[in-house]
Amino acid sequence: MSTQVPKREEVESTTDEAASSPGKQRRDTAKADRAGQQEKQREAEERAKANEDTVRIKVFRYDPEVEAKQEPRFDEFHVPFEKGMTVLDSLMYARDHYDPSLTFRHSCRQAICGSDAFFINGSQRLGCKTQLSELDEPVRIEPLPHQDVVKDLVVDMDHFYEQMHAVEPYFDPDELPDGELEEQRQSRANREKIKMSTRCIWCGACMSSCNIAAGDNQYLGPAAINKAYRFAMDEREGEARKQERLKIIEQEHGVWRCQTQFSCTEVCPKDIPLTEHIQELKREAVKSNLKFW
Amino acid sequence: MYEHDVIVVGAGGAGLRAAIAAKNEGADVAIVSKVHPVRSHTGAAEGGINAALREGDSWEDHAYDTMKGSDYLGDAPAIETLCKNSPNEVIQLEHWGMAFSREEDGRVSQRPFGGLSFPRTTYAGAETGHQLLHTMYEQLVKSGVQVYDEWHVLNLAVTDEERPEDRTCHGVVAYDVQTGEISGFRARNGVILATGGPGQAFDHTTNAVSCTGDGQAMAYRAGVPLEDMEFIQFHPTSLPSTGVLISEGVRGEGGILYNAEGERFMFEHGYANNDGELASRDVVSRAELTEVNEGRGIDDEYVHLDMRHLGEERILDRLENILHLAEDFEGVDGLKEPMPVKPGQHYAMGGIETNENGETCVNGLYAAGECACASVHGANRLGGNALPELIVFGKRAGKHAAGAEMEPAKIETGQRGEYETAEIDSPVALGEPGSFGDADAVADGGTVAEGGSVDETSIVERAVEAERRNIDELLSSEGIHHSEVRSDLQQSMTRYVNVFREEEGLKQALRDIREARDRYKDVAVSDPSRTFNTDLLQTIETRNLLDLAEAITIGALAREEFRGAHWRAEAPERKDDEWLKHTMLSWNDGTPELWYRPVMLEGEDKTYEPKTRSY
Repeated sequence: MSTQVPKREEVESTTDEAASSPGKQRRDTAKADRAGQQEKQREAEERAKANEDTVRIKVFRYDPEVEAKQEPRFDEFHVPFEKGMTVLDSLMYARDHYDPSLTFRHSCRQAICGSDAFFINGSQRLGCKTQLSELDEPVRIEPLPHQDVVKDLVVDMDHFYEQMHAVEPYFDPDELPDGELEEQRQSRANREKIKMSTRCIWCGACMSSCNIAAGDNQYLGPAAINKAYRFAMDEREGEARKQERLKIIEQEHGVWRCQTQFSCTEVCPKDIPLTEHIQELKREAVKSNLKFW
Repeated sequence: MYEHDVIVVGAGGAGLRAAIAAKNEGADVAIVSKVHPVRSHTGAAEGGINAALREGDSWEDHAYDTMKGSDYLGDAPAIETLCKNSPNEVIQLEHWGMAFSREEDGRVSQRPFGGLSFPRTTYAGAETGHQLLHTMYEQLVKSGVQVYDEWHVLNLAVTDEERPEDRTCHGVVAYDVQTGEISGFRARNGVILATGGPGQAFDHTTNAVSCTGDGQAMAYRAGVPLEDMEFIQFHPTSLPSTGVLISEGVRGEGGILYNAEGERFMFEHGYANNDGELASRDVVSRAELTEVNEGRGIDDEYVHLDMRHLGEERILDRLENILHLAEDFEGVDGLKEPMPVKPGQHYAMGGIETNENGETCVNGLYAAGECACASVHGANRLGGNALPELIVFGKRAGKHAAGAEMEPAKIETGQRGEYETAEIDSPVALGEPGSFGDADAVADGGTVAEGGSVDETSIVERAVEAERRNIDELLSSEGIHHSEVRSDLQQSMTRYVNVFREEEGLKQALRDIREARDRYKDVAVSDPSRTFNTDLLQTIETRNLLDLAEAITIGALAREEFRGAHWRAEAPERKDDEWLKHTMLSWNDGTPELWYRPVMLEGEDKTYEPKTRSY
């Protein structure tokens, strides 16, 4: 698996634009003065290194706009280790104490916002949910493979969102109850059936782990198909709508592309049985096609 | 420059609901959010949504519980609006497909929650917020509302008349995180702030890293008063090491709190002889800390929350998410052992002063959700009342901004009607007149409208220019890193402006904030890049936290009584003769001004009489 940085010409155009701004010129002249601060950060890291209880992390770095970071590289940080420390904690520590330009998405710190999926020691995992104590050192932290890198660990999620939106991801019942404050009924069994599929946090780990998605950019991918499953299996929607949904996931770049390698299921931080859901939709599609013969 | 009828800032529950409502009214709506909508912190809400849906329950009972929970500092028109509209809004979510937990007959489930006289908390496992957020995002996708995601709003474009009540908001200035572009967003009808709470002002919080109160700080500096900021909710059950929330649903389903001696202290030490663990959150948090302070805590830090007796089946059915959180973030198996818990900053009852239609005193500027204060929660929010607030008031703000006909609000905003001014007894100078960047533009309500002759577009453009200068300044100057300032601020707030507060501690917090403000003048952004510069954005957020931490502390120092979540060592009792009033704080061009407005206890059909609050 390779980490993709955007093509060279894009890189250059961004740089030219930035170079012409007055802010950039001022920043250049100020660069020399920053050396003092960097020296301080290096000293802090030396002190941490001298202390035995540290963990080594190797973090992917890339910034199309900063000369020293235009060629992708790895930076190593020594972070003081505390019990219970996660990969995200170590990144935040390195950023706040050593290098403020270290860039990664994160927000909730509790595996619900889905911002911080990274490629950690060779697999897709959420930084906030991954304990450092479980990992071999140095811990290698890279952006999600198969997505364009914007900067450091930040990848472009637009394609992922487009695929999620492509399955008409919204509830669409035939009719709603008339009475005031009248809810639709849903059996406990049916709610249970869709429950796991509703747990998706859009982190993109599955899509990044999928070989098929890597080779076929139009493949809907596990997360989007799971989203389609969530509605196709919901008994509150009508039969005709279900058939429409099956048509969407049956198209050329839909469920039939899946080769049941289970990589998506393995990396899903919410334990969603993605491969099973894809297989079940294949079966549903076959059944419905037989019906129309 | 981008242009829309309605601009919604923030895309959590309130922002999404506002955008959908405005769109349904036919407005051209856009959302501008610093994170993609599904990353919003609404997704972390666990417990549920209070709504009087069932026979035997009524909106009046919900209103009574909410007023009592607020310790009689909620405004009756806002509370009644919440409780009357919540059932419709919950059913609306169900009609949008939300995966609520279900009863045998297929209807949505409800459970008991703290401070409620009826089990009216409608829920989806222990992941209600996640289900709500994604359900509404799905509807947003369907509606075709434009989303500018990862655009960080830097400031509001507000005119500069002397009185905030005469000002108008014409849009916002935002920064495209991915490219560094700074652009104006003109709002033809209105701007709705739905930016959440300021939890990051504290260091032990259930709130996300993104909860930096940006909307509150921007509205405050544009002249909108902040209301009741001293009322910060400390949730009784957060995990000690990370602050991750363990839902009140655990206690709602029957979970029990024990101290180090194995005593069920809520009953055995008389904190809440009737409701025990299901007393209101402020009561339980104080009880836990009292246990710890009196030496009955575990490791002198926390207490135990035990749910083992509920049985695996019930736990998996209704609280499964809690098992994952305890395991992943504290290494504890909730099926086999009790979970360590302690109070953690969770919610801000106060916020941007609004009326029940979401309007602020600045024309064209609205606020909804946690960032706003209508006031529904008064001195203490009941569990399960945050999510209905998002959807009820998000919708109302969206409709109003889109120009829908609505009943005029009963609640007054700004310095109009009945109010009194007061002095602030601070040991240090407050605010920061003229010291941050382009002071005229930032501290003075956005931009200058000379004689009212400037058109709306140029007002937005001027605000954009001011922000461009500020950003250039931050990127090119030399100095310290903001994280030092932020971390000191968080520690001081957690130490001195916590569950138990005393005068000298609060004054020390104000001194610390003053010092942090002075150091902030020397912050600089060391990442020179315009591409995804989180260093720059967090530096800006830290400034917002400074303003809000100060507002919280000023209110806490001034309020010499014990009410709801606010407890004072010098005056540990509620003083209704003196303090049935909202704390209002106006930025006043950089020199904070304190004033008070009476609470509205008169509802539609009855007046809520303050009673002794016991559970």
